[in-house]
Amino acid sequence: MMAVPRFTVAVTGLNAQPESPGPGLAVARCLREAYGPRVRIIGLGYDALDPGLYLGEYCDSAHMLSYPSGGSDAMLERLAGIHAAERIDLLIPCLDAELPQMVSAAPRLAAMGIRTFLPQAQALARRTKDRLPELCELAGVACPQIKPVTGASFFRNCQADGWSYPMVVKGPFYDARIVRSAEEGAAAFHAIAAEWGLPVLAQRFVAGEEYNLTGVGDGNGRLLGEVMMKKRALTAKGKAWAGVTVFDQGLADCAQRLVQALSWKGPLEVEMMRDAAGRYQLIEINPRFPSWIYLSQGVGRNLPALLTEIAFGRPAPPLAAATPGTMFIRYAVETIVPLGDFEKLIMGGNLSRDLEPERNSEPEGAL
Amino acid sequence: MNDRATVFPDPETVARLALSDSGFVFDPVSGRSYSVNATGLALLRLLQKPTGVAEAVEALQAQFEGDAAILERDVIEFASVLRTQIK
Repeated sequence: MMAVPRFTVAVTGLNAQPESPGPGLAVARCLREAYGPRVRIIGLGYDALDPGLYLGEYCDSAHMLSYPSGGSDAMLERLAGIHAAERIDLLIPCLDAELPQMVSAAPRLAAMGIRTFLPQAQALARRTKDRLPELCELAGVACPQIKPVTGASFFRNCQADGWSYPMVVKGPFYDARIVRSAEEGAAAFHAIAAEWGLPVLAQRFVAGEEYNLTGVGDGNGRLLGEVMMKKRALTAKGKAWAGVTVFDQGLADCAQRLVQALSWKGPLEVEMMRDAAGRYQLIEINPRFPSWIYLSQGVGRNLPALLTEIAFGRPAPPLAAATPGTMFIRYAVETIVPLGDFEKLIMGGNLSRDLEPERNSEPEGAL
Repeated sequence: MNDRATVFPDPETVARLALSDSGFVFDPVSGRSYSVNATGLALLRLLQKPTGVAEAVEALQAQFEGDAAILERDVIEFASVLRTQIK
């Protein structure tokens, strides 16, 4: 029987709590549908209860990582150990909090033989929430004022500085809460600071509707494969539970200008509010695929596969037109986990199903 | 008779709507969907081209039975809702 050439992609962010699922499982699903058994997918998790680690149809093998707070050296040491066992060809990090370390470690990962397709550290820093107004001015994109806040007193005194309620209180990486009074502001500040640290960010509220765009920056100022989505149902944390593809050239143009201003390389999600005048205002840029990335496969623009192709040095494949009107509806489902598998991840840090595969290191074009 | 531009949304904006014979309407820019009855669907199809109020009322009257004054009132009311929904 002829050996199937295989290559190995490691994916993080396999947590999937319904209120705010990570993107990793959707990325793995996109890769599996693009490449079938030709791709070995290695799930990397921070919690032994991340369900993606146990889903054999998407992850051929699973390993625990050390938390980003443990430092770059610990992360690299762990990845080197996993690489020795799995021979990772490409790593796709999917969590905001790990991106700074992954970006700074990219040259050392490359020296190990692990490809990444990530932005420069400077570009990553320039899209942090507190620096969005500066970026937007350069890119010619509208953006609400945002201010780092280090004490709850801001919410009592802010009206004297021209701020008004409602406003949005945000963590540096995750969490965003609309507050309508000083009391709500202080409560949100304390909750977010306790979970994510300081500074907490206050952002002026934009009345309108949120639209999201995902795509891949090629590193030379070009946005590839954009997919635009309007949320149709939300979780308690405001994440998409259902959504539909839309198309607005104005939104695509804003995202293109941002990608160009940053020379962005890698996946991203652009979150924008369309205000009452129809003007888009930038709310956030997430430096990774969004959790709804499977919708890209649904509209014939499989972005994780596109990223894989260009990460391996191939030209960006042709994609279907960006058509509006395709919906997704998310659902929660239980997976049955033998206690022995859970034990392997807890005690040994890995759950390998198929080590020593027949493989090479080049994906054949799949799109 | 009311002026077309003040009563009806811009025909280019209405033209982007995907209209199904079932009365299902999808706005590809906002992602919103709506359901309309046969009269609403007929009016939306009219509004996808430059149409005046009198012309719309006349066309609807030819297709559906109804008093012209009541039809005109309904058309204006429908257009008013449309202007708030489709931007």
